[in-house]
Amino acid sequence: MAEQKTVATTGNSVVAEAFRQCAPDVVAAYPITPQTTIVEEFAKIVAQGRVHTEYVTVESEHSAMSACIGAAAAGARVMTATASQGLALMWEELYIASGMRLPIIMANTNRALSAPINIHCDHSDVMGARDSGWIILFAETAQEVYDNTIMAVPIGEDPEVLLPVMTCLDGFITTHSIDRVQLMDDDSVTAFVGDYEPQNALLDTDNPVSHGNFAGLGGPYFEFKKTQRLAIDCSKGVIERVGEAFSKLSGRPFGLIETDMMDDAEVAIVVLGSTAGNVRYVAKQMRAEGVKAGLVKIRCFRPFPVEEMVSALSDMKAVGVLDRADSFGAEGGPVFLETRSALYDLESRVPVVNYIYGLGGSDVRLDLIRTVYTDLSDIAAGSASLHGMQYLGAR
Amino acid sequence: MPTLRELTHREDRLEGGHRLCAGCGASIAVRQILLGAGTDPVIAGCATGCLEVSTTIYPYSSWKVPFIHNAFENSSATISGVEAAFKGLKRAGKIPADKKVKFVAFGGDGGTYDIGLQALSGAMERGHDMVYVCYDNGAYMNTGIQRSSATPRGAWATTAEVGKAQQGKIEKRKDLTSIIAAHGIPYAAQASISHWKDLTTKSEKAFAVEGPAFLNVLASCPRGWRCAYNKSVEIAKVGVQTGYWPLFEVEDGVWRMTVKVRERKPIEEFLKSQGRFRHLLKPENAELLAEIQAEVDAHWEYILGRCGE
Repeated sequence: MAEQKTVATTGNSVVAEAFRQCAPDVVAAYPITPQTTIVEEFAKIVAQGRVHTEYVTVESEHSAMSACIGAAAAGARVMTATASQGLALMWEELYIASGMRLPIIMANTNRALSAPINIHCDHSDVMGARDSGWIILFAETAQEVYDNTIMAVPIGEDPEVLLPVMTCLDGFITTHSIDRVQLMDDDSVTAFVGDYEPQNALLDTDNPVSHGNFAGLGGPYFEFKKTQRLAIDCSKGVIERVGEAFSKLSGRPFGLIETDMMDDAEVAIVVLGSTAGNVRYVAKQMRAEGVKAGLVKIRCFRPFPVEEMVSALSDMKAVGVLDRADSFGAEGGPVFLETRSALYDLESRVPVVNYIYGLGGSDVRLDLIRTVYTDLSDIAAGSASLHGMQYLGAR
Repeated sequence: MPTLRELTHREDRLEGGHRLCAGCGASIAVRQILLGAGTDPVIAGCATGCLEVSTTIYPYSSWKVPFIHNAFENSSATISGVEAAFKGLKRAGKIPADKKVKFVAFGGDGGTYDIGLQALSGAMERGHDMVYVCYDNGAYMNTGIQRSSATPRGAWATTAEVGKAQQGKIEKRKDLTSIIAAHGIPYAAQASISHWKDLTTKSEKAFAVEGPAFLNVLASCPRGWRCAYNKSVEIAKVGVQTGYWPLFEVEDGVWRMTVKVRERKPIEEFLKSQGRFRHLLKPENAELLAEIQAEVDAHWEYILGRCGE
C-alpha cells in the first residue's frame, strides 16, 4: 500500500497534481475554449521547478494535440488537457494520435458544445470523439479523476496497447468543486507508472524511422486499422490488470464498471460520471420504499465493457440509461445505443429506456432521478410500456 | 560557408527514387537545405502535400533522417513538439546534455501561407529552436492546382479560372516572408532553387541560429506552372531576375538583399515561360499586365527600402 494523505481539493487540481507525479517530459496545452484551470495549476508547478517537463504554451488546441503528437513520436511521455470546443478543434488530431499509436494522456473536462454557447457540463464533447480510437475513462469524483489519471499512464504505454487515453471529468461539478481526495506519495506513483520505453522514437537519431507515412494507393491502410482495433480490444485486459495493481496500491477498488446494490436489483440505472452520486442516493431512498433499485456506473467507456454490462444487467426487469449527450437523429444517446446493443443477444429481452439529461449543465435534481426509477418500476410491473428516449426535465 | 566541393561530399539526406515529378523544385530545395544543416543529426517534419506523399509511400521512405508527417496545417506545431521533447528528455537526463539535434519542418505554400499560418506563427512566437521551410510553388499543386494566397495575381488555377468574366487569380499574393520576419525571429530569408549557393548559405544560417528560423523558397512546379520539366531551375532564376522573387534575408532584424539584380527584367519574361500566365500576354489583358508589373515594382521597391538600398 502507498502512503496516502487526505486533502480537500478540486478535480482540476488533482489532474495537475497527478500529472506532476507522473512526470511527463512534455505538456503542450491551450488554456481556453473554454478555460480549464488544469493548465494554470500545472504552469505553477513548472514555475516552481518541481518537474522536468517542457511546457509548450501553444496557440490553439489543434496545435496542442499536434505538438503532443510530435513530442510523443519523438519519444517523450506527453500529457495535455482540454474541454468542449477545444476537444472539437482537436478532432482531426485525435484520430492521428491513435492511428500513430502514441500513448498521449489527456484530461477532458466535459462541457457542452456550441451552439448556443454554454460552457457548462455535459458529455457532448467526448461523445463526438468516442470513435477516435482513444481509450476513454470516466470519473465520478475527484478521487476517481486522480486514480484514472495515474492508471492511464501504464495502460496507454503498455507495449500491447500503445494508445492515447482520455480521462474525463465533469465540467464544474467535478472540476471546480472541492472534494475529499487521497493522494499517494510520489515514490509510489513513480514506481507504479514506471519509465516510458518508447518504440521507434524520432530522437533515436542513429536509427532513423519515418512516422505518418502514406498508406493509400492500395496500401495497407485497412490492415493498419485492423491492428488498431486489435489494440483497443486488447487494452481491456490491460486496463483490468492495471486497475487490479492500482487497487492493491491504493486500497480503492477499480472495475471497468462499478455496480451498486445490484445483487438483488430488479431495476437499474446506467450512468457515466458525477451523476452516479445522485443516482446512488436516490437508489437508497427507493430501496427504503421497497423498490429494488440498483446502479451501474461505467468507468471505462472505450473499450466498451460489453461482457461486464451483460453480466450486470441480464436479469433486470427494466434498465434506464442516462445520457448526458444526444446522438441527434439516432434512436437515443450514445450510452443507450451501446447498452441496448450489448443486451441484444440475450435469450430473454431486457427492457431498456433512455433519458437524455443535464445538457449544458442543466440541473440533475433528485426528483428527476426518482422519476426514472419510478418509470422503471412501472415498466417492470407491466403498468407502463417502453418509451424509447426522453429528455429528462427539459421544459 | 562550405565550398561546392565540400558540399558534394556531404551525404544526401533525401534519397533519390522518390515519386516526385521530374523537375520538381521541392526535392531540389529539400536536398540543398539538408546539405546546409551540416553534420549534426536532423529530424524533419513535413505537411501533407506532394513532398510528403511522394517520399513516404509505405513501406518505403526517401528520408534518411528521422521523419514525421502529421497533417496538412501543423508541421510547424508537430516539429515544435519534437523539439520540446528533446528539451524535456535532456532535462530528465534521458538524452546526453551535449547531444545536438537540428529540427526542420517543411510545408508547401498551401500548408504554410493558408491553412498552416496560425500554427507557424505560434511556433515562431514560442521561440522553438527549429527551421521552418516553405517550398513555394504558388498553388495547391498536389491536389490539382487550386489557388492559394501565394498564387500570383493573374495566374490560372483550377479555383481561379480564366474566362470572359475573370482572368485567373484576382488578388495579389501575400508577402509571407515579411509577415514571419515581423515575428522578430533571429533569421528569416527568401531563397530560390535557382541560386544554390545563396540557398545553402541561408540554410546554414537558419540552422546555426538558436531559436526559430524561416526560409521561403521559390520552388518550381512544372505540372502546375505549365512549363517544361527541364526548365524548372531556369524559370525560377527568371523569377529572381524580374524581381518577382527578391532574394533577401532578415538577420536579427537587419534586412539585406543577398542577390543584387542590377537590371531587372520585365515581369513578362517570367510570365511567358509558363502556361499558367498565357492569357495575360493577350493584347486585351495589356492593362492587367501593366498593373501586375506595377505591383512587382512596388514590392521590389519596398524590399529594397527595407534593405536600405
